[in-house]
Amino acid sequence: MTIIRVPAPLRPYTGGSKEVEVAGETVAAALADLVKHYPDLKRHLFDDAGALRAYVNVFLNDEDVRALQGEATPLEPGDRLMIIPSIAGGAPIGQRDERREPAPSARIRPGSVPPRPA
Amino acid sequence: MANAPLVSKELDLSHDEILRYSRHLLMPEVGLAGQRKLKASSVLVIGTGGLGSPVALYLAAAGVGHLGLVDYDRVDFTNLQRQVIHGMGTVGQRKVDSARARLLDLNPAIRVETYDEPFTSENALRLSAPYDLIIDGTDNFPTRYLVNDVCVLTHKPNVYGSIFRFEGQVSVFWADRGPCYRCLFPEPPPPGLVPSCAEGGVFGVLPGTIGTLQATEALKLLLGIGEPLIGKLLLFDALGLSFEELRLKKNPRCRICSAEPEIHELIDYEAFCGVPGHDHEDGHLAREWEVEPAALAAEMKAGKALRLLDVREPHELEISRLPDAMLIPLGSLASRLHELDSAEDMVVFCKSGTRSARALELLAGAGFRKVRNLYGGINEWARQVDPSLPRY
Repeated sequence: MTIIRVPAPLRPYTGGSKEVEVAGETVAAALADLVKHYPDLKRHLFDDAGALRAYVNVFLNDEDVRALQGEATPLEPGDRLMIIPSIAGGAPIGQRDERREPAPSARIRPGSVPPRPA
Repeated sequence: MANAPLVSKELDLSHDEILRYSRHLLMPEVGLAGQRKLKASSVLVIGTGGLGSPVALYLAAAGVGHLGLVDYDRVDFTNLQRQVIHGMGTVGQRKVDSARARLLDLNPAIRVETYDEPFTSENALRLSAPYDLIIDGTDNFPTRYLVNDVCVLTHKPNVYGSIFRFEGQVSVFWADRGPCYRCLFPEPPPPGLVPSCAEGGVFGVLPGTIGTLQATEALKLLLGIGEPLIGKLLLFDALGLSFEELRLKKNPRCRICSAEPEIHELIDYEAFCGVPGHDHEDGHLAREWEVEPAALAAEMKAGKALRLLDVREPHELEISRLPDAMLIPLGSLASRLHELDSAEDMVVFCKSGTRSARALELLAGAGFRKVRNLYGGINEWARQVDPSLPRY
């Protein structure tokens, strides 16, 4: 068995699981077992032709599998696979409205006199 | 030597500066020579948000003599949960002005240049030219690829940090000495596949941790001390409080930093990523698959039979909810389509309209024809229709 670590952006598709135990003798077989258990994950990892997507990085222990034998890399018991996501971080794109509006209390600048209650 | 200081020039310190930096001067790894180097150093910080806040604060405090800040945004109330360089007194102001004032209050002995504009292919080479090192504190893929390519083409180190929910990544991408961002991520994910922080949320202290690590790497590079994160990707998980380090290699087929690169100049990064890197000032036009909250409220009042589908996560219902809406979180929608009736008129909503737009694509792809997206989500509904609901 191999442990696959699922990154936060993909956890909605594994029912929130952070680490998943899978079977398989190679990286390809382990990933196939993963998406067999979590079908929603499939389109995030593989393209329509079944190839691993270019922006999906898979590391075996601390090495990029591209620097090993790619998806054909054999797995040993106790190996750990990690999927490394491309994350942009920070604020959203195209959500101008809620980003632009200051809180009402923030409109009172330091030094200005707050309006008196009527 | 692998980690020769990035900056060899030194500038004299005044007596005030010697006193200010005394805790640095006591350590031989920095010392007077190192502090004089920092004074002669210049760093461009792209973004003055969650990551840029701690980066700029610590670089200013450490005495980096010349800081540049690039950001075209204004300080928003919801930024203050994590963007600690700003404050209530600067909500509504330009972020670069707010940040500059704070930095000069912390350290008036430094110079802070501000660029109140997006970082684009047109201005990137000009804006970055005076700086020794660039810090990527951006929030979107087009700008990340742009920062990388600028650094590769001008032989500068790119101190990278990125965050998502409770997890972050840090690295130093420096093509002259190791891999670049494109070696690790040759292509961006298609738009919509990775949720943004506004949809996914972010733990407020996380950019503090990641940004502080970026500042640490920048100072080490400028001084030429320690082991920089070149060829290594540091992963941080705040919940497990764990760090992991992965080894990165130069991609021999990298499109920009390999021996035979395809990219020799800056490209159109918005086209490359399929998404805008910056907000564009286009007015909103309701499209046929969208419905404005006020219009939806009118339809409901008129008694039209509608199915409301909420694609948010269950815990978001504690913040706000629409009566009679059915909840199917976006992540499980694909496997729960059988619970929906394609003959019904349906309106899909989420917090602000992004996840529901993705749900709409998924439904349309599955043959649903009578589905519309609630423009602006439940937050816009709260604004237009029901102000008793909180916005978040």
